[in-house]
Amino acid sequence: MAEQSEAKQDQPSYEPKIVAFCCNWCSYAGADLAGTTRMQYPPNVRIVRVMCSGRVDPAFVLKAFTLGADGVIVAGCHPSDCHYINGNEKTATRGDFLEEFLEETGIEPERFRIEWIAGSEGQKFAKVIREMVSDLEQLGPIAQEGA
Amino acid sequence: MTKNERVGAVLVIGGGPAGMQAALDLADSGFKVYLLETTPSIGGTMSQLDKTFPTNDCSMCILSPKLVATGRHENVTMLTYSVLKKVEGQAGNFKVTLAKYSRYIVEEKCTGCGVCAEHCPIEWSSAFDRELAPAKAIYVPFPQAVPLIYTIDRGLCIGCGICEKFCEAEAIKYDMDPDIEETIDVGAIILAPGYDVYNSSKKVMYGHGTFPNVLSNIEFERMLSASGPTEGHVIRPSDGDVPKNIAFIQCVGSRDAQTPNTYCSSYCCMAALKQAVIAQEHVPGLKTTIFFMDTRAFGKEFEEYLHRAEDEYGVRMFRNNRIAKVQENPGTSDLVLGFIDGADIEDETFDMVVLASGATPPESSKALAKSLGMNMNKFGFCETDELAPVDTSVPGIYVCGAFSGPKDIPDSVAQASGAAGKAAALLSDERGKLVTKKEYPEEKDVTDKEPRIGVFVCHCGINIGSVVDVPGVMEYASKLPGVVYAEENLYTCSQDTQKKIKEMIDEHDLNRVVVASCTPRTHEPLFQNTVREAGLNKYLFEMANIRDQCSWVHRLEPEAATEKSKDLVRMAVAKASMLEPLPQPKIPVTPAALVIGGGLSGMTAALEIAKAGYEVHIVEKEKELGGHMRRIHHTLAGVNPQETLANLKKDLQDNTNVTIHLGETVEEVKGYIGNFETTLKGGEEIKHGAVVVASGAVEYEPTEYLCGQHPKVIKQTDLGDMLAKGELDAKAVAIIQCVGSRNEEHPNCSRICCSTAMANALKIREEHPETSVYILFRDIRTFGFAEENYNEAARQGVRFLRYDPESPPKVRADGDGIIVEIDEKFIEETITIRPDYVVLNAAVHPNPDNKDIAQKLKVPQNEEGFFLEAHMKLRPVDFATDGIFLCGLAHSPRLIDESISQALAAAARVNTVLSKPFIEGEGVVSVVDEEKCIGCGRCVDLCEYGAPRLEEVSPGVFKSKVNEALCKGCGSCVVECCSRAIRSKHFRSDQIITMIEAALADDDEEREAKA
Ligand code: FES
Repeated sequence: MAEQSEAKQDQPSYEPKIVAFCCNWCSYAGADLAGTTRMQYPPNVRIVRVMCSGRVDPAFVLKAFTLGADGVIVAGCHPSDCHYINGNEKTATRGDFLEEFLEETGIEPERFRIEWIAGSEGQKFAKVIREMVSDLEQLGPIAQEGA
Repeated sequence: MTKNERVGAVLVIGGGPAGMQAALDLADSGFKVYLLETTPSIGGTMSQLDKTFPTNDCSMCILSPKLVATGRHENVTMLTYSVLKKVEGQAGNFKVTLAKYSRYIVEEKCTGCGVCAEHCPIEWSSAFDRELAPAKAIYVPFPQAVPLIYTIDRGLCIGCGICEKFCEAEAIKYDMDPDIEETIDVGAIILAPGYDVYNSSKKVMYGHGTFPNVLSNIEFERMLSASGPTEGHVIRPSDGDVPKNIAFIQCVGSRDAQTPNTYCSSYCCMAALKQAVIAQEHVPGLKTTIFFMDTRAFGKEFEEYLHRAEDEYGVRMFRNNRIAKVQENPGTSDLVLGFIDGADIEDETFDMVVLASGATPPESSKALAKSLGMNMNKFGFCETDELAPVDTSVPGIYVCGAFSGPKDIPDSVAQASGAAGKAAALLSDERGKLVTKKEYPEEKDVTDKEPRIGVFVCHCGINIGSVVDVPGVMEYASKLPGVVYAEENLYTCSQDTQKKIKEMIDEHDLNRVVVASCTPRTHEPLFQNTVREAGLNKYLFEMANIRDQCSWVHRLEPEAATEKSKDLVRMAVAKASMLEPLPQPKIPVTPAALVIGGGLSGMTAALEIAKAGYEVHIVEKEKELGGHMRRIHHTLAGVNPQETLANLKKDLQDNTNVTIHLGETVEEVKGYIGNFETTLKGGEEIKHGAVVVASGAVEYEPTEYLCGQHPKVIKQTDLGDMLAKGELDAKAVAIIQCVGSRNEEHPNCSRICCSTAMANALKIREEHPETSVYILFRDIRTFGFAEENYNEAARQGVRFLRYDPESPPKVRADGDGIIVEIDEKFIEETITIRPDYVVLNAAVHPNPDNKDIAQKLKVPQNEEGFFLEAHMKLRPVDFATDGIFLCGLAHSPRLIDESISQALAAAARVNTVLSKPFIEGEGVVSVVDEEKCIGCGRCVDLCEYGAPRLEEVSPGVFKSKVNEALCKGCGSCVVECCSRAIRSKHFRSDQIITMIEAALADDDEEREAKA
């Protein structure tokens, strides 16, 4: 939390916004468990629930960035744990492509994360959000080229 | 009720994976189920596990949906925190008395919010965490508990009254009666009370309970769990340091003549391997060592797991080791143990020690046996017969899971389905009589109507309200586009609020409903049900999770939490305004089954399906039924199964529901669950609603050890024939194990060979005491009670010689005679024997026909060529494709009783399909826009469930069509479709984008304002 307050001093008005796509069966359950066990993390994330991380179209990620998200997370079940057998494999492949693409458009790699979060990993969910918020605070808002 | 009348209800005792499976199978096939569980939540031992072998799946992730499904099944009545008192009556009609312990909580009122536990001043050790973490006097056993109702432990409670003050639901009642008796009528009883973990402290030489750094396997499992007491951090209890090396000691309280438990607990070897691997993943650089007697990795793909642990993770393994004792270095709390490494004795120091505590009969078993009047085996587990593995000694009472002997989860689950199948067959005439189908009013037509959204914001007692400004959120919601009504509730999930929601739907003509409260994962079905009762399609409902994902995780930032809640509500409302009613397709079912394979498994499954009242077709390639069973003359228990086989054949031939197609194979299979059409080679066409694959396996034809070149080298089956005919004439017989298994080409263990070797060896020693028997082995894997046969064989003078795969025995011809040389690993010497026969225990290999069957049914095989089930732990006899099931050797090598269990299970699973006139599909499915589809077939290739198929719509023009009955609604195909022709209902792209827009809307406005 220390870095957070430091960063806040630098840019008092900057509150990064994160959109997280979570699959229903593992990552959304992980986010719920963070709550059940009362873990605390910064309030910067808005979760969009999908049935499987395989439903997340790269277009959604790009859309979120265009609409002003400072960071985007796609979260699914751990490899081989997908409730639909292998939806998350597709997520992983698309993630690689997205990472490359985003880099080309000048969006820093820290702004996009693919995470495998199990239903028992409340604390991993909280950790990922904490890390990303602190990364984004360091980075500041996305440079608005041509905007 | 007259004495002989049967009751269409079943009591299942025990709520672990086995009990839940039995309950669900019965409830799904038209029976009323009472699920009795002694603890406050269902879930069993599995709910304490971090990961499961051999896939390292997260245990809670796979268990939790099952818990929820059981908890909310309309035909299942949960009797948690209750015990059995008395059983009277007979098969078909039992009167059961049970006592419900008081939770000192009004169950109907408790919302599971947990405010009470937060304020409870008492801290103690939670049984769930096996004494590693503090819990409260008012508790749920674990966060995902079902039912999610708190319980007061009156032994710990000091009656301070704090929780009562904080419980806004007014659910706490200190002066409740301690327990209440209840009686129920059921037609059958299924026992699934599971097992207890051996109390390792009894083995004082290991220091459990004395030395802080000695843990039992279940304690270590809790430590590995992210939701466990250390949040998944592996630390030494003595000083909190991260260990650098951990030793695992196997067979603690099993295979142990110093205890009554001389049997093998079956799962501990794999559990230790798993824990070693997972621990190394948690702690980089950690070294793990396992001390085994034998590595018992006998299950499907277990041996490959063992190899990965050894080769990829560098887990050190010392075989032939029963550790004598653990000593503690008092200064450092480090642990020293002595072990044998080949012929040498070594000492080594470890930071931590994990004991493989075995399985013992559950504490309740004696009382259970007494009140049910059934036989137990000498270890205190339920007695079963090899050829009737789910029957107890009392008719109408069936058994499954570890209560009939230690076993791992998939075997328990399969046996559970099997027990359910037996109960269903017993009560087949009563099917559907005690279950009520819920009637809903006709759905209002909302198409083309402007959205009129009602928003209900929940305080959840003080769970949300003490952090989030609920009235503010409600006020905000009321102004959002499309919202015509908003209110706040103390508990939105309470009975009276449900009533209120329905009234408001009527009063304000609401056509969409949003609830802002807890998580849709547990509460969406409840609210969907409510809107349905008010005449709305259940998909016109949406939730905003402002508790689990907001107030609970941002307690110290109430303002930000309020803002976030507003955002979440805005997102939900935005999606709600785009929701559409979705039909749930009704798929008619042909009440008949096709069974591929007429061996023991196929026959058993077919007979059970026929007994349940459905038409069955058995297709067998050979001209005769019976498969491998025809050549088995004595089982492990020494019984000749030929009579059973003959009876089975006769029963099938006599049953009018059964059609046997001999000398036939399947030519083509079309269709899907409920509606298959199969053409046989001979041209016959069969319509059926479900399929069972029981294609069996083949015995490996060895080419090694002079097999086929020397008349004195024979196979195990030949030895069986010889013994049956009384033709064995030999001074010495050498049996070589693992021929054609556990090698590069076939890496896995054939599971049955060690047990069969013991059975044959004992038979030889009994009938030909003059014949010496040598068993040349790598590990002896007589798991479960078969260990007794191993012990007995040793007592009868069978000689065991261990070899390494690197230097297998050498078999040489010596004229008519034969010489075997073995590098014996216990004594590290080369031994030469001159047996009259060398018997090769040839592996069980997958049936080469599987490939063809797999292609026709579009179901997967594993790398070895056995069929691959939908889930290795919890769906052992299902394929991922609905309506297709598997059992027996087609699944993997297994013993006779295990094959029968699986066959009964497959039959029970088939019954869940055939018992319904219609299958109700889900509304969340994908649909293809034919205009846009270019018929590339990409979706067909990638769907694991075979939902999309290409159809020729006009000559040469193919379009994909998604079969709603098969689609699971994951939505992967939507993203992969190159012509964007697929739409995922309820998760449409425009709906998701609307939510993204809503999530980020503030920023936009701000930016606009700034600009
Ligand atoms: S369901 Fe979680 S990634 Fe597929």
